[in-house]
Parts: sequence; C-alpha cells; structure tokens
Amino acid sequence: MGKLFFYVALALVLVSGLVFAPETAGLAIHPMEQFTVTPLFGGDHIAWYTPTNVTLWMFLAVVAIIGLLVFGSSNRGIVPSRAQSVAELAYGFIYKMVEDVTGKDAVKFFPYIMTLFMFIVTANFLGLIPMSFTTTSHFAVTAILAMLVFVTVTITGFVLHGAKFLGLFWVSSAPLALRPILAIIELISYFVRPVSHCIRLAGNVMAGHAVLKVFAGFAGALGAGAFLPIFAITAVYALEVLVAFIQAYVFTILTCVYLKDALHPSH
Amino acid sequence: MASNTADTGHGAADAVHGSSGMPQLDFSTYGNQIFWLLVTLVVIYLILSRVALPRIAAILNERQGTITNDLAAAEDLKAKAVEAENAYNKALADARAEAQRIAAETRAEIQAGVDEAIAKADEEISAKAAESEKAIAEIRAGALESVKVVATDTASALVAALGGKDDADAVAAAVAKRTEG
Amino acid sequence: MEGDLAYIGAGLAGMGTGIAALGVGNVAANFLAGALRNPSAAASQTATLFIGIAFAEALGIFSFLVALLLMFAV
Repeated sequence: MGKLFFYVALALVLVSGLVFAPETAGLAIHPMEQFTVTPLFGGDHIAWYTPTNVTLWMFLAVVAIIGLLVFGSSNRGIVPSRAQSVAELAYGFIYKMVEDVTGKDAVKFFPYIMTLFMFIVTANFLGLIPMSFTTTSHFAVTAILAMLVFVTVTITGFVLHGAKFLGLFWVSSAPLALRPILAIIELISYFVRPVSHCIRLAGNVMAGHAVLKVFAGFAGALGAGAFLPIFAITAVYALEVLVAFIQAYVFTILTCVYLKDALHPSH
Repeated sequence: MASNTADTGHGAADAVHGSSGMPQLDFSTYGNQIFWLLVTLVVIYLILSRVALPRIAAILNERQGTITNDLAAAEDLKAKAVEAENAYNKALADARAEAQRIAAETRAEIQAGVDEAIAKADEEISAKAAESEKAIAEIRAGALESVKVVATDTASALVAALGGKDDADAVAAAVAKRTEG
Repeated sequence: MEGDLAYIGAGLAGMGTGIAALGVGNVAANFLAGALRNPSAAASQTATLFIGIAFAEALGIFSFLVALLLMFAV
C-alpha cells in the first residue's frame, strides 16, 4: 500500500512537472522565471481563489505528508517498515527539539510546530525536483509562516504572563541607566524577528534555485563544454538538498526558541 | 536578467507580464498564495493532529511497552534460570550425599557379612582342624597299636624261626620297650 | 544611467553575502575549536550552533535580497 502510494505520487509529480512547467527560454538566463506564479488552467488573471502552480505544489506537499505520516504508519508495526521509521524519526526529531529547546510544557504546541516543519521540509524537497515550483521561495508564503509564529508567540506570552511578558524587553540584569536603551533595542529585535525569520527561508531557497538556473544557462550556452557547469550544478544541487533540510530545521528551532520566550520570559 | 534598463524601472507592478523582475515581489499573486497556504496549513494541521501524530505516538508507546515487557520477562526468565540452576545444584549435592551414604551403608553391610562369614569360616575351619587332629591322633594311636602288634608278631616269628623259645611275655616286653624308646 | 548605477549597487550589496560567509565560518570554526577541546559537550550544543549560523547567515541573505531588489525591482 505504501509502495503503491509512493509510485503514484512520483508519477503525479513527473506528469505535473511535464505539463505545468514554465516555458524555458532559449540561451538567455532567466534565473527568476522559475518562481513565476501561473494559473493552472490558463487565463491571465490571478484572483485569490484561482488554482495556480502554488496550489498544485502545496497539494503535492500535503499528499507527500499524508503518504509519509499516515500511510507510512498504517501498519502500526512494532518492527517498523522503511516509511514508518522515517515517520517515527521525524516525529522523534521534532518532539525532542520542542522538549529540549522550549521545555516540557510546550508539548501542546507540538502539532503546530510539526505542521510547520513538515510543510517546509516537504515543500523544500519537492522544489528540488527539476521543473517544479518551490512554494517556500516566495515571501508571501514564508511571511505568513513567520507572522503565524510571531502572532502565536506574542498572544501566548500575553495570555500566560499578562503585562509581565513586557519584562522580556526590560533587562533587569543591566545597569538602570542602560535599560531604556536596551529596551528599545530588544523591542526592535523582537519586531525584526519575523522579518528575518521569513527572509532567511525564502532567501536561501531562492538563492540556491537561482544559482542552479544560472549554471543551467551557462550549460546551455557552452555547448560541448557544458560538462563543467553540469558538474557545478551537481555539486550545488547536493548543497541545496542539505540547505533544504537545514532551513526547515532552522525555521523550526527558531520557532521553538521564540516560543520559549513566550512560555518562560524571565530567562 | 533585465537587458533593458527602462523595463526594470517599472518594478514589481508589471512583473507578472514579463520575465524581468522578481515574481516574489508581484503583489497581485499574494492573495492567491496566502489563501492556498492557509488552506494547506489547516489541512496539514488537521491531518497531523487528528490522525498521524496520535497514531505514531501510540506506535512508539506500544513499542516502548513491548520493550519494557520483554525486558521484564527476560529478567523473570533469568531469575527462574538461576533458581533452576540452584535447585539442580542442590539436587546434585543431595544425590551425591545420598549416594555416598548408600555406598557407606552398603560397604558396612558387606563388611559385616564378610566378617560374619569369615568368623563362621574360621570356626568351621578350627572345628574341622580339631576333628582332623583328633582323627589323626586316633589314626596315629591305632597305627602305634598296630605297629606294636605287628612288631610283637614279627618278633615272635623271628624268635621262633631262630629256634628260640617263644616267650610271649618277654617279646611283648621287649617290643614295648623298643617302641616306647 | 540610473539602472546602471543600480547594477553597481547590486554588486556592492552582493559583497555583503561574502562578508556574511566570514561570519558563518567564524561561528563554525569557533564551534569546532570548542568541540575539540570538550567533545562530550559538543553534541548538546549543535542546536545552538545552527541558531548562530542562521542568525549570521540571515544578514548575508538580506544583502543578497538587496542585490536582487536593485537588479530586478528598482
């Protein structure tokens, strides 16, 4: 069942890559073209409800997550199958991260953090498939993810601690004269958090994909000498696989760190 | 990369039409992306929190339980094995002691039997020996007597043959004198 | 002319990416130095390492973003 599902998903991905890939443009290098949002079923206008390639690749991310976490674990084996052990690994990885970084009382946020992690990691990896569309390379997507974290952290902090949550900005260990200045700096850094949180993810993913595209353009222009850029693409691709996971990890662990501020503001 | 610098001046607004510009800054697609992202996140959240995560947690718990149970069972079995070994050793020691006791008893019994038999045999032997001695003494006495008779007879015959006077008393006295001597 | 200046600015902003790489290298190098002195404590600090790398790298990504904005959006 799991294997069949995997092959169906793979076939879906390949077919969608062939059918919905953006037109490739000759020898000219257009590193940003791969990020264009296009409607799936023709037409020019993109309304908020229009099914676009964003919709398609987010849907595939959901399918991949269901395939891994739901169908992968459907055997409920004491001795896990391959998919099940990956699912258990992901579960244990995030659960341990939440417990270690944020604390044991943060376990109620675990499904939320797991959602963020699984979405980002699957979207990043799906984006690495050639001709695919990378949803996490768009600031609109990562900004919403970061704002969700920011809003969650702020609301949790105020609900749990009330006005005492503002003590986060009032560094009581510093000399009294310095405290207002530090408070301003802390306040600014608090509001810059979601910005850096979202730009880090989108920027990393976008930069890697743009670099791949630039090298691909070189390969197209060089003719017989194309093996050099293709070799470079292979190396950069390997790096991008690493980056795809590390950025998801970093996004998740920073979410945990920010949540810790909301749950235990005294530290 | 924008080849025409005049095009880049317009920026994000017409990025949707041309390949120049960053699609990321094309705000006309933001509503679409945000809508589908929120739908996706809600779907993933529901799937994870309702189905996937409880199931995986159950699997992990079950495995932990199985491992704990197995460890406890193994501990139990080990204790039983130690117990069995002790019992075996004890039985072995008992059996060995019993065997030794039986052997000693048997040996004592046999010894007693042998002693009795030896005593009986000794008795018999001594009885037989006494009997024999008696018989031998009788025989010897008989023989002495016979010798005396034969000697007397022979002496008488010799005396007669030599032309002497058959003096029975003298012969008998002489024979008695010689045989006793 | 204005667009050409934008390209020069993009190049200058791109240098920021390399400078951020120095920062990331610094974080990793110091972590490795500390980890070699006290290997038993290293495993518990990898999360901190990644957080440090992420913060250092974010600024490089900012300058990369500025470069992209200058090239494509100004």
